[in-house]
Amino acid sequence: MSFRHKHILGTEYLSSEDIQLILDTADSFKEINSREIKKVPTLRGKTIINLFYEASTRTRISFEIAGKRLSADTVNISASASSVVKGETLEDTAKNLEAMAPDIIVMRHSASGAPHYLAERVGCSVINAGDGAHEHPSQALLDLLTIRQHKGTLKGLTVAIVGDISHSRVARSDLYAMKTMGMNVRLVGPGTMVPPGIERLGAEVYTDMDQALRGADVVMMLRIQLERQGKPLIPSVREYARFYGLNPSRLALAAKDAIVMHPGPMNRGVEISSYVADGPQNVILEQVENGVAVRMALLYLVAGGEHPQ
Amino acid sequence: MANTETVILDRNGISRGLTRIAHEILERNKGVANLVLVGIRSGGDHLARELRSLIADIEGEEVPLGAVDVTMYRDDLGSRGPMAMGKTEIPFPLDGRNVILVDDVLYTGRTIRAAMDALIDLGRPRNIQLAVLVDRGHRELPIRADYVGRNVPTAREENILVEFDENQKPVEVRLIKS
Repeated sequence: MSFRHKHILGTEYLSSEDIQLILDTADSFKEINSREIKKVPTLRGKTIINLFYEASTRTRISFEIAGKRLSADTVNISASASSVVKGETLEDTAKNLEAMAPDIIVMRHSASGAPHYLAERVGCSVINAGDGAHEHPSQALLDLLTIRQHKGTLKGLTVAIVGDISHSRVARSDLYAMKTMGMNVRLVGPGTMVPPGIERLGAEVYTDMDQALRGADVVMMLRIQLERQGKPLIPSVREYARFYGLNPSRLALAAKDAIVMHPGPMNRGVEISSYVADGPQNVILEQVENGVAVRMALLYLVAGGEHPQ
Repeated sequence: MANTETVILDRNGISRGLTRIAHEILERNKGVANLVLVGIRSGGDHLARELRSLIADIEGEEVPLGAVDVTMYRDDLGSRGPMAMGKTEIPFPLDGRNVILVDDVLYTGRTIRAAMDALIDLGRPRNIQLAVLVDRGHRELPIRADYVGRNVPTAREENILVEFDENQKPVEVRLIKS
């Protein structure tokens, strides 16, 4: 086995062997997370900086717990409490962080490509924790781990991803990773929320949700990100809920054993009804649980040894 | 330079060594009460399974069997790079138990140190005893085995390979000189 990546900037750059290795490693970490003492000394002496330019609870805490369970020292920096508000450029922030000699920087930024920019300027590893509308690789990998856990395999499964595809970095990371793993991906949303030409990445595009759900093994609902939309892309939230909300009768169109996923946070009553969100087919909290294991795997894999690049 | 390989234990030799270890374990622990076997992945857990069946043949009772993966407890992440992880599976409490830790080859002692750290994270055994099929010397830590199948003095550049068949049964032990 070998993992040749110094940085994790997106699933676009991961091969099926890489993804397989990350998922297998995460699977083993799940055992540690179920122990009484949830800690191993693997990354003792390593420093991880969680650099979050955008608000995040789930991802930041998940990365922080992952680092701590591996015995690394983790430091959290949020943009609102840092020199960014004083006008410091990303370049200067990078140089200053570099001078503190961290081993890994986990970065979230509202600008697509910011982690790439940082990775070119610092000597340590960089993990993208979400950049603009571009990628959110750790989320896609935890999605795959959850799907594999339930279905036993990834290859050949059909996934319907429903919602604001244009603004969703999760959808993009999922699409890359799922295509690499041989899955069929259907992207569903109103025309205004599906970027033109995305079918070139191997997805089937639907505007009719009922059609897209037929026979799907996995239904993944995305949050309507009104905060990212300059001009609203839908006439009203109520109308959106009517055409693209997941309710029990819609879910019945999918495969009998289909699972329902959501990267969170959920807008109950908008993209997902409470009946479904709390129903037997939802695996949403398992996604959160798997998030810690996947992030432990990513930290472990980028922290080890030499990275010839 | 070509490798030369010498078989130092065949199937019968391994079986004799493990049978002796099984008897020694029972003698020292006065039977199987409170005893558990934990193999170090990946060779040690196969040998622990063998030992369990030998002990069952003698005592008529199966002792609990677990496996520990030490990848996360190794102290050489920086120099070796990340390694594939196995699973630690110890489906019984360790508190107060006499744990027989089993490995195939005892060398520097670092793997055993890592395994002991892992076990201590999982509980507080009454004691930990170490059983190995081959002790090849070159210890870097103050660790010794309580039960040894065969002592094989080796040079540092030599290697010991314990081979298992597809059913994870030990087939032979070879000394490899490069």
